[in-house]
Amino acid sequence: MSTPTSTPASPEAGPDRSALVRAVAEHHRDQRGPLLPVLHEVLAEFGYVDAADVPVIADVLNLSAAEVHGVVSFYHDVRTTPPPTHVVALCRAEACQAVGAESLYAAAQERAASGEMGDTEVQQVFCLGNCALGPSGTVDGRLLGRLDAARLTELTAGWR
Amino acid sequence: MTTLDQPALGEPGGYAPEPDLGTPPVASQADATVTIDGRQVTVPAGTSVMRAAAVAGIDVPKLCATDSLKAFGSCRMCLVEVDGARGTPASCTTPCADGMVVSTQTEQVQRLRRNVMELYLSDHPADCQGCARGSCEMQAMAVTVGAVEARYGNGRDHLAESSYDASNPYFDYDPAACIVCSRCVRACGEVQGTFALTVEGRGFDSRITPGGTDFLSSECVSCGACVQACPTSALQEKSLIELGMPTRVVDTTCAYCGVGCSFRAEVQGTGEDTQVVRMMPAKTGGANEGHSCVKGRFAYGYTNHPDRQLHPMVRDSIDDEWRVVSWEEAVAKAADGFSAIQRDHGVGAIGGISSSRCTNEEVYVVQKMVRAAFGNNNVDTCARVCHSPTGYGLNQTFGTSAGTQDFKSVEQADVVLLIGANPTDAHPVFASRLKRRLRQGAQIVVADPRRIDLVHGPHVEAAAHLPVLPGSNVAFVNAMAHTVVTEGLHDEAFLRERCENVDSYLAFIARPENSPEATEEVTGIPAEQLRAAARLYAEAPNAAIYYGLGVTEHSQGSTMVMGMANLAMITGNIGREGVGVNPLRGQNNVQGSCDMGSFPHELPGYRHISRPEVRAIYEDLWGRTLDPEPGLRIPNMFDSALAGTFRGLYVQGEDIAQSDPNTQHVEAALRSMDLVVVQDLFLNETARFAHVFLPGTSFLEKDGTFTNAERRINRVRPALPPRQGKDEWQITCDIAAAMGFPMPYAGAHEIMDEIAATTPTFAGVSFARLDAEGSMQWPVTDAAPHGTPTMHVGEFVRGKGNLVETVYVPTTERTNRRFPLVLTTGRILSQYNVGAQTRRTANQTWHPEDILEIHPADAHVRGISTGDLVELSSRVGSTTLRAEVSERMPAGVVYTTFHHPVTGANVVTTENSDWATNCPEYKVTAVEVGVANARGLTDAEAAARDEREPAGRS
Repeated sequence: MSTPTSTPASPEAGPDRSALVRAVAEHHRDQRGPLLPVLHEVLAEFGYVDAADVPVIADVLNLSAAEVHGVVSFYHDVRTTPPPTHVVALCRAEACQAVGAESLYAAAQERAASGEMGDTEVQQVFCLGNCALGPSGTVDGRLLGRLDAARLTELTAGWR
Repeated sequence: MTTLDQPALGEPGGYAPEPDLGTPPVASQADATVTIDGRQVTVPAGTSVMRAAAVAGIDVPKLCATDSLKAFGSCRMCLVEVDGARGTPASCTTPCADGMVVSTQTEQVQRLRRNVMELYLSDHPADCQGCARGSCEMQAMAVTVGAVEARYGNGRDHLAESSYDASNPYFDYDPAACIVCSRCVRACGEVQGTFALTVEGRGFDSRITPGGTDFLSSECVSCGACVQACPTSALQEKSLIELGMPTRVVDTTCAYCGVGCSFRAEVQGTGEDTQVVRMMPAKTGGANEGHSCVKGRFAYGYTNHPDRQLHPMVRDSIDDEWRVVSWEEAVAKAADGFSAIQRDHGVGAIGGISSSRCTNEEVYVVQKMVRAAFGNNNVDTCARVCHSPTGYGLNQTFGTSAGTQDFKSVEQADVVLLIGANPTDAHPVFASRLKRRLRQGAQIVVADPRRIDLVHGPHVEAAAHLPVLPGSNVAFVNAMAHTVVTEGLHDEAFLRERCENVDSYLAFIARPENSPEATEEVTGIPAEQLRAAARLYAEAPNAAIYYGLGVTEHSQGSTMVMGMANLAMITGNIGREGVGVNPLRGQNNVQGSCDMGSFPHELPGYRHISRPEVRAIYEDLWGRTLDPEPGLRIPNMFDSALAGTFRGLYVQGEDIAQSDPNTQHVEAALRSMDLVVVQDLFLNETARFAHVFLPGTSFLEKDGTFTNAERRINRVRPALPPRQGKDEWQITCDIAAAMGFPMPYAGAHEIMDEIAATTPTFAGVSFARLDAEGSMQWPVTDAAPHGTPTMHVGEFVRGKGNLVETVYVPTTERTNRRFPLVLTTGRILSQYNVGAQTRRTANQTWHPEDILEIHPADAHVRGISTGDLVELSSRVGSTTLRAEVSERMPAGVVYTTFHHPVTGANVVTTENSDWATNCPEYKVTAVEVGVANARGLTDAEAAARDEREPAGRS
């Protein structure tokens, strides 16, 4: 019920960020369905959507903060926390499962948990369209086929 | 809804929720006749199969559908079979086509429904409180579809681990009981227009959330629409959780703002043991059609507050302690005291003030007592301080002292010009209607110094915000009309046929001093922006004006009302749906209290006291001769009191010591009187100066009628007997009788019968007819037996519409070096007026004190930050309150609410008032603001400086 006149910024999100997010939102506000393009650009800029960005985006786009929150929470790819240094995403869909993706995924998680990959997040995805070359995955965004635990260790060697 | 047989309003009988036809009505020229389970039914084409079935008396099971919301088609409970069509479509999303044959109870759909229900139950707690209480629609539906098996395991309730949210003071959110049907989310958007709820996550993890926070700190405005819409006990009133299900329903009317929402008081017990379980907005209510706000829906706890006075009290001097006495003694002291004053100081030495919070019947007997028992016309009402200019201005121009439309009319408006009103806070249920129309594509122009919520917000973007400087309204409206006329956008045919003084007005308004360019400096509105707004208004097929106290509470309040009437007339925006000039009235019965003859110069129905043929009606009936001269207005009463000629006052339900301007002056006047009689729920500020205190009744105990801003006469029915033992109209009648003028009535209905018999515009009104029709909008006459939703169709009430030359005269209240800022005042959502009621409820959670809003630049130069305690001073007084730095304000203007007696915002407001009606100029006070205890100049130094000030107060 309270109508805050200025948005309280979270510790990570300073006034500069708020102004930048506003500028991003204003850039897209007149296009049809502007919210996803705005979120994409904020992600590209900062790597994640901060809770303090939500009311700013809502204000510019004539939406409620709740509506923006609903969309942000719907998409796994719209992060709400700062991204890790590295991201390893492994396919767990049927074709890759058939060629050993499950044991690869377990190994990757174990390695991440042991701290040997530094600040790395292991994610699951379902199909990268690379089924003929499974098990597939991406390492920091680069698509790779025929992955196995050894190759993953090799690829991530030196991540601390 | 009208197609269903419903029990007569107010009929006693067990508890049942209002009928729910599943999907909203459809407006269509064409009809469709369909056969459902062998029954033929004709509905407007496009009506859903579900609604058609309900109209035919067949209930199709449903969970995600309710008739206040568009069909959603997600719950899969309402499946039916249609002859010749494949599959089992959802009846809520399937429109009726002529000749369609539908079966709602085939074995196939029954089996499907049972299965779907089993799935719901598999994820619902086995020990659900709502199911046990009987408040759960899903539980009832499970019984209906006969889901007895539990093939999917029992009660694996994946939302149970979500936390229970009890943060809102009025309702709880229990995610464990939620089935994510989205009824709450849609109600918040479609009905209320706030969009504070959403579905978080996706798939099996979906859950309802007020935006990732708890309800209290979210955007939620606590209107209760989501709680009303919830088919489980996931969203539930705290009062219902505490008290259990209601046992009966009393149809009544809200006693807060002038929207006048119809409510079902859902209660337990009878007689004095009656307890209100909850207030539910009534879908049959003409003003609100099933919606409510936080005040009407939840803030009724003041009726049981410990501060509520239940015994008459007297004292000889205002320095004595109160003494509880019998009704007889209190009435005798009042009556004897008034008689004694008249003996010693003349007939005119006493008077009465009626209340806009009381019923028409209670107000009518007050003015009757003053005119017949007191024998003078010293009666006035608190409308004096809010909407008296509306009465005067619209009467002069159109011939009737009221708004021209019903609220529903806004659904036809293409452009809305909103002036000096903040409906999302002050008239929330109307604001929801307005926002719905804006989402459909209508445009809004906001003329207000503040950047209010309707300027910019979720799904709302005003076409223009014109930050008109306080005090310059008339210059603004003249510039609008000037633009229309000089750019040739006026409706010449309408003017020639329907209006008078056309040529002189057109010549006046076309004068260069009325141009946007010439007025730009006083209004603060860039000329080109104003011209664009004027064009938008003039060129719209339907353009409507809505306004509030930001128009009336000015030294030129009446002129401004006439200026808006002119603007509507020159553009032909009068006399049909979607147009008009519409006041948003402040109090529940401010329209009614004016209708009932509360003004010193007018008998009921706005007929001047000087007219012998009108006086004759009352003189014949009452057997007393009436004084043909108008009596004293409220400010005149105070002045006469200080002069020693006015010595006794009867005040019904109004806190004049807090709500009237220049508090010091009012208090001095009250202190100088011999007898002040206060009739109120609480020992209010005015009661500090009273000698007799008569406890009043709350709206839950009243029997009578309220008239809202759209002239709608709504019934108020008692949910319980008067807690202090006496109807309020009876108290007034007892005083009159003790003064030798008996006013015998067997009940409030007889008072309305007398009103109807003596007042032409109320001729067709009676409690029996209101009970039968639900509500009626006056005039209710032989020509309009069901009332008049839209006025001035074809012809103005006064014949020709009167174009009045509205010359702008600046207020004498000016800013100068000592008082460089302009203070304006307003209301906030959770509180109401002087706060006598809302401060005694959990609404305090949101607004525990008055706040001064100030522009960042003005704050910066004074070293003020949000949260600072600041001193606000004007030429007449000063007060201290907390500041909030806000970009809603234009530079040079500060704003505060007037809900809390501690702040006493009226300590600083001046005695300036409307030239025609004495309505105080609350909206313009020159002030200075400084951090408290760092004032700078002393009063003497500042006064000395002020003497040299060329723009001083004249």
